[in-house]
Amino acid sequence: MNQRPILEMRGIHKRFSGFAALSNVSFRLFPGEVHALMGENGAGKSTLIKVLTGVHEIDEGEIQLDERRLHVSSPYEAQEYGISTVYQEVNLCSNLSVAENIFIGREPRRFGRILWKEMNRRAKQLLEERLHVQIDVTLPLGAYSVAVQQLVAIARALNISAKVLILDEPTSSLDQNEVRELFAVMRKLKEQGLAILFVTHFLDQVYEISDRITILRSGEFVGEYMTRDLPRIELVTKMIGKELEQLEQLPNQAKRDAVGSGEQFLEARGLRRNRAIEAFDLTIERGEIIGFAGLLGSGRTEAARLLFGADRADQGVLRTSGKTGAPIDSPRAAIKQGIAFCSENRKTEGIIADLSVRENIILALQASRGWFRTISRKRQEEIADEYIQKININPKNPEILIRNLSGGNQQKVLLARWLLMQPDLLILDEPTRGIDIGAKTEIQKLVLQLSQEGMAVLFISSELEEVVRVSDRIAVLRDRQLISMMESDEISHENVMKAIAGR
Amino acid sequence: MWQRMTKHYLFWPLAALAVLLLFNLIYNPGFFSIRIQGGHLYGSLIDILNYGSPLMLVSIGMTLVIATGGIDLSVGSLVAISGAVACLSISQATDQNSLGAVIMAVAMALGLSIVLGLWNGLLVAGAGIQPIIATLILMVAGRGIAQLITSGQIITISSNTYKYIGAGWLLLLPFSIFIVAAVWLVTALFTRRTALGLFIESVGSNPTASRLSGIKSRSVIIAAYIFCALCAGIAGLLVSSNVSSADGNNAGLWFELDAILAVVIGGTALTGGRFYLSGTIVGALIIQTMTTTIYTIGVPPEINLVVKAIVVFVVCLIQSEQFRARLAKRRKSRPVGTDQEVTRHA
Repeated sequence: MNQRPILEMRGIHKRFSGFAALSNVSFRLFPGEVHALMGENGAGKSTLIKVLTGVHEIDEGEIQLDERRLHVSSPYEAQEYGISTVYQEVNLCSNLSVAENIFIGREPRRFGRILWKEMNRRAKQLLEERLHVQIDVTLPLGAYSVAVQQLVAIARALNISAKVLILDEPTSSLDQNEVRELFAVMRKLKEQGLAILFVTHFLDQVYEISDRITILRSGEFVGEYMTRDLPRIELVTKMIGKELEQLEQLPNQAKRDAVGSGEQFLEARGLRRNRAIEAFDLTIERGEIIGFAGLLGSGRTEAARLLFGADRADQGVLRTSGKTGAPIDSPRAAIKQGIAFCSENRKTEGIIADLSVRENIILALQASRGWFRTISRKRQEEIADEYIQKININPKNPEILIRNLSGGNQQKVLLARWLLMQPDLLILDEPTRGIDIGAKTEIQKLVLQLSQEGMAVLFISSELEEVVRVSDRIAVLRDRQLISMMESDEISHENVMKAIAGR
Repeated sequence: MWQRMTKHYLFWPLAALAVLLLFNLIYNPGFFSIRIQGGHLYGSLIDILNYGSPLMLVSIGMTLVIATGGIDLSVGSLVAISGAVACLSISQATDQNSLGAVIMAVAMALGLSIVLGLWNGLLVAGAGIQPIIATLILMVAGRGIAQLITSGQIITISSNTYKYIGAGWLLLLPFSIFIVAAVWLVTALFTRRTALGLFIESVGSNPTASRLSGIKSRSVIIAAYIFCALCAGIAGLLVSSNVSSADGNNAGLWFELDAILAVVIGGTALTGGRFYLSGTIVGALIIQTMTTTIYTIGVPPEINLVVKAIVVFVVCLIQSEQFRARLAKRRKSRPVGTDQEVTRHA
């Protein structure tokens, strides 16, 4: 760690149509180190990686590789220079053999004929010597676990004379043993002098494997630290930061008189799903607001999806005192029990892009009524107008296609869809992500008002301020586990932060 | 005004149809003449409606399947099976002209169609097989089944009662037109007056979000395939009744392709979502008009498929929003850089 950095980025600026994804960001990477790049959603991690691999071009700043100014304009070029990336989703071909995957596009050839034996030999050698993995390279990649596929992806990246290896959330779909395997490989590569840029959301893993940490927040450079010198709590504080206090006009939750109703609505015992969330217990009372706090990938969404039946639990019991008492094994069943779920993925799991605002609003209600008990066109229009006024959806035209609305307004339409169902429990997963501060405040106010009216709300957000402000109780999740449940008097920004950091 | 008109989903299909008719007006003036003979209307236009009936029926069913984001390749085979079952049943009746025998035959043919539609639906929604593969099974196997039913022969029947379905006349017009109108009306009522249409569009546009909204997407998809098969079954009755025979080999051959084309020309996207029943009808009419035109102006039969392909190609180009945009752009400013494409790939 005494040498000069192999890669240095200085004063990097990158703007996308008006908003700055990176502003004045610096980054250094030394040979033989594992460097963790940390930051919440939208902090600019992906943009930084994309800039480095030539997917995006920088607007300002300088990148140096090996003390030479580097200009890359495509991922292919980046590879040629020795910057290789392994993405979160393994993007290899599962029906080709391991060796083919490693050498795809650059197979050893003679007179245009692929030298299969040579290719297999070299693939085997590469895996054994550099990664210490012994597998049959002639079998199709799909025959191996995700972890091995991940290693093959790394081998593929290494095949070109790599100097820098970027691992973008490589562990998110691995179990603990597989993570250990991957880390062993990373350590070996480190010893061989490779510089590794590691992106993850798991704090434990950061402290286990990394030597150095760079933190980004909202596109800005927060700092570069040696891992051993940076306590967890500080890491989390620096990642989350303090929000601009534009939201202060909201009543603080602690001052609210009615906290829950004492009447239990939902009970989960030992609910668990492989690779998503470890077993957890949870009870929710009517009229209370439960917050889920934790970093991205901590299992917040996964837990909520189990409660809604969007995913099936592998183990555990889920009971509600809801309308029918039937088991929740599908979203449809959950809706019947009075549960509503507003997904964090607005585009893929929320809006029906081809349909109008009106149709999107009445969709869930109509689904619960079936094909024949239709809602008359007139009633639909009344409903749409009512909610457009009530939660201020813009533009005020129910017949416009929802795909033409801004993100915040799409979110409001989805809220309207679920409010119309008058659920007993409303699960809101990142309801304020990517929407402006005004709309944010409106949604928070709405949540408070709904709970006053007796609706239970499960509020999930990456923004700690928000969760702390609205919640009666907060469940803290870390590394796919529900690690603590805080009652109203324990709730504070600091306590939650400490729990998230885990030390 | 012009803007709003061109935005309407029926504008481009109708424009294409108008161009085809205009072509006929110039090269084939007799095309538009309609005369009354023996209480029936005769003329090319009536022929188009009459011969186009089976295609329109199949296309109506296909519209719903495509709207769910699927496709049904088996409709051609279903046409053959339905006709074969009906004709076999009638040929074995003691009195081929009796109403009872015909009703029995129709019920058997349509019943079997529904079962086969259920099979398609279960393969797609239950077993999760890609629609194009799932229905390919019945497309191939269906021809075999039809030939099995007819024992590889052409079954000929002599039932005037049955013949009325596909070759009868009512109020000056061919009876088949009334069947199409009825199916169209019922479909429109069913999809637009109940929530079925909304669910189909929702499932086709975003299956995940639909499931999370509590829509039983599986039953919606199965229903669409059943309905599509039923439409193909009715079309099979028309086809076989029109010629009083069932040909397992050739009845409904390549119908699936014409039907898919009709749906797409009508403005329904192959990716699913919004569907347009009247657009589909116009699409089917375009195809039938084209076929009739090719025959009436005397294109040599060897090349009529080529002519058809060219017309389809042009119609699709006119319909393509991207192509129109590019054309408009080129007209406005000739030296258009390719920088737009480059950034998209980057």
